[in-house]
Amino acid sequence: MAKLLDKQRYKCAMGAMQTVQAITRAIPVLHSGPGCAQKLSDSIGSSGYFSPNIFPCTSINEKDVVFGGVKKLETTIENALKVIDADLYVVLTGCIPEIVGDDTGEVVSQFEDADKPVIYASTAGFKGNNYKGHEQVIDAIIDQYLKKSDEKQKGLVNIWADVPYQDLFWLGNIRELEKLVTELGLTPNTIFGYNRGIENINRIPKAEFNLLVSPWVSVGNMKKMEKKLGIPYLHYPTLPVGAFETSRFLREVGKFAGVAEEKIENIINEHEDYYYYLIERYADLFLETRVMSKQFSVVADAQYALGITKFLVNDLGLVPAKQFVADDTPKVFQEQIKAEFEKLNYGLKADVSFETDGYKIHNEIREHDYHGYPLILGSYYEKELTEELFGHYLNISWPVQDKVVLDDFYVGYTGGIRLIEDIYSVAVQRWN
Amino acid sequence: MALNLESSNVATRENRIGSITGYIGTLSDLANQSGCGTLKGCSRCFSQSSTCLSSCALGQLSAIRDVAIIHHGPAGCSVASAGAYYLDKVMAKKRGITNNTVYVGTDMNEKDTIFGSTEALGKIILEVNKRYSPKAIFVTSSCATGIIGEDIDSVVDEVREEIDVPIAAVHCEGFKSRIWATGFDISDHAVLSSIVQPPKQKRNTINFKNFYESARTEIIEIFKNFDLEPVFLYCNSSVEELSHISESLATTCICGTLGNYLGNGLEEKYGVPYVRTINPLGVAGFETWLREIGKVTDRSEKVEKYIEEQRAVYIPKIEEIKKELKGLKAVLGMGPGYTFEVSRVLNELGIEVVWALAWHYDKKYENGDVPPSMEYLLEHDVDFETSVADQQNYEVMNILNKYQPDLYLSRHPGSTVWAIKNGTPAVYVADEYMIFGYKHTLEFAQSVLDSIHNRSFEKNLARRVKLPYTDWWYQQNVDEFLENRR
Repeated sequence: MAKLLDKQRYKCAMGAMQTVQAITRAIPVLHSGPGCAQKLSDSIGSSGYFSPNIFPCTSINEKDVVFGGVKKLETTIENALKVIDADLYVVLTGCIPEIVGDDTGEVVSQFEDADKPVIYASTAGFKGNNYKGHEQVIDAIIDQYLKKSDEKQKGLVNIWADVPYQDLFWLGNIRELEKLVTELGLTPNTIFGYNRGIENINRIPKAEFNLLVSPWVSVGNMKKMEKKLGIPYLHYPTLPVGAFETSRFLREVGKFAGVAEEKIENIINEHEDYYYYLIERYADLFLETRVMSKQFSVVADAQYALGITKFLVNDLGLVPAKQFVADDTPKVFQEQIKAEFEKLNYGLKADVSFETDGYKIHNEIREHDYHGYPLILGSYYEKELTEELFGHYLNISWPVQDKVVLDDFYVGYTGGIRLIEDIYSVAVQRWN
Repeated sequence: MALNLESSNVATRENRIGSITGYIGTLSDLANQSGCGTLKGCSRCFSQSSTCLSSCALGQLSAIRDVAIIHHGPAGCSVASAGAYYLDKVMAKKRGITNNTVYVGTDMNEKDTIFGSTEALGKIILEVNKRYSPKAIFVTSSCATGIIGEDIDSVVDEVREEIDVPIAAVHCEGFKSRIWATGFDISDHAVLSSIVQPPKQKRNTINFKNFYESARTEIIEIFKNFDLEPVFLYCNSSVEELSHISESLATTCICGTLGNYLGNGLEEKYGVPYVRTINPLGVAGFETWLREIGKVTDRSEKVEKYIEEQRAVYIPKIEEIKKELKGLKAVLGMGPGYTFEVSRVLNELGIEVVWALAWHYDKKYENGDVPPSMEYLLEHDVDFETSVADQQNYEVMNILNKYQPDLYLSRHPGSTVWAIKNGTPAVYVADEYMIFGYKHTLEFAQSVLDSIHNRSFEKNLARRVKLPYTDWWYQQNVDEFLENRR
């Protein structure tokens, strides 16, 4: 039911146009009103080979609402194929055609024999948010494009992580996950970002397993691939940030893939040696910063709320105040995510709230005693609030206005170091 | 125009003033056809994304201080709330004031499209009022709520007695109009019908409709010469200030597309004169505009004195820089409130306009006249190829590829990058005051020079990237997808 969405931190399912855009040379074709793409885009690396203002769009008007827009969709797809040089055309349906009942599937099926693949995903805004929309796009690829492969490539593993563009660090994160998996002697396959695209999509069915690194996003996609393509999956719910979690990640993935234990431990040792060389040099700064209390809160999607909480507790020895998951996590996943927040070193448990109402989140933060200057990692909405509390603020989740990220990342050993750099770059600007 | 403040609905620009989004020809032909009533807009059988009118409407309203916007629709519609939050905070900080405007959504889901959600909406309005005590509340619709027939007017009427500040229903279905500027009219209509009060006393103020008031301090200083005080709208306006705009001596606007509904509305309803000259961009524009303000506020003498002083300072400098600009060729793509104004300035500076794209075209302004900017160009024998395209980037790229101009000028986010990928230097004229008055005309001329003097960035990028349009498209005429073209 309609609810008060105060300080919203997600978009609608149609936001999945950014998921499509993250696949190199794949273009969304919008069956929607004229302004959806403009609304759903941000200036965070979206002027690539394709940009939102060139996404073909049926630009539905009043007449189409009354008489239906299938004819317009047909000419839009037909001409998109002629005008735009893409490898994959993904028709995304908005609110209007889904309410008036346009048969998009029927129109798209007319392009079965086109030179390039044309598929469609149902992404009406009222069907859910852009996390769900992201899953819809991947489902569409599985259902309408991929076929089961009898041939498997040894060591090939598809890696799936959170939602491109919604996650500011999506590009750097997925590249770093690839690197880690490569070190284990496996061959990663991902479909998002530079130099990834239709060839990688074609390779999906040949993988030995799917690796999902996300608390809940794409779990459904993994199940679908298991069923349709016969690909088993490993679900690793925590974004590995910093040494503690990344080492755990390597052990678990390595074990699942049958990598020798000794090999895994050697990789871990090498990374941790360097990691703690850096930490040792800066430990005085961390311990002697006079303006930071030990308590922190994260306001983000499940991915960052969980990943960063584990990092700050298990690597840096901070103590979690309440954590806020603001991505409208489906109820079925909430218990298991909550359980993850309770698996922290020294038996610490983080209290977590699944809350989309920013007003309530802010009130809870205001009312909590952080025993000093709090550290708040969140969206741009938390900036003014943190100033009010004399705390330290870092913009790590959408909406983002305080940070420009080209290919920076928080994943892995290096990602943990980057996050430390960002946090203490804020802290060192103050003195008590 | 016939203003009907009793209804919360505003007719679209297409229906009200015959606006179009599809045309290819020349400026003179466009004017002739629109003058004699034969102009018919063409539709396209292929188009790329443009803009939603709700962004314009709610972008305007959410810039007003300490109000609440309640956007009834799925989360994608209210996504603009994130940008509005940021803008409100930074714009207020710049002025040293605070702005606690809230913009919320209702996260409508599938069930709501079947069973409706007016009851929930009513509760949300009351809750927002309780949480934030806003100075005014705007409750707006979306495509989805519009189609399923959610009666937001009735919801607003029902809660009205529990709320002691102005509250208005604002109809923002994105499919209503291809002309996003209709959204400006929608916001003006909401302000006129719910906030503006009848005048009690005349003031020495002049209503100045703009976007982000970047030249605020400067304009306040200019107007001190004429004993006039500008009231900038709507960014950082308070509801209290807005309630008095009927008491001003005149209304003016930096962009005709942005301001004509409010200007005409205030004139029609309260007799506040609307300054309808060409806009204060470039030399001729600035002087014509100032003189008209002098005329309607009875301050011509002071205005003439100011013009004389300023001319002595700036005209020699502008004449000097013109020598370097002479012979440059430009293509520009902007809203009609800017395209034909900037074309005039380019002509003034000796830059030849080879093609001007307007994102839409209003056959007539609200008072029935042909837009003054266009009239001015034709009176001065300036003509060039012109098209009307609602930000159809593929048409822009076709034109840039064929004409290879020295520069492309635009003012919409995401547009400049395509020109530079074509290797064409781009000038982003986003700040509405970038060419305002003598001083900024000079600065603008300098920016153009700077842009073409170092072309490294665009050349580097253009060399490395592939354009997404097929060779086939570049071989077609620009009007390939216009239906019923002549």
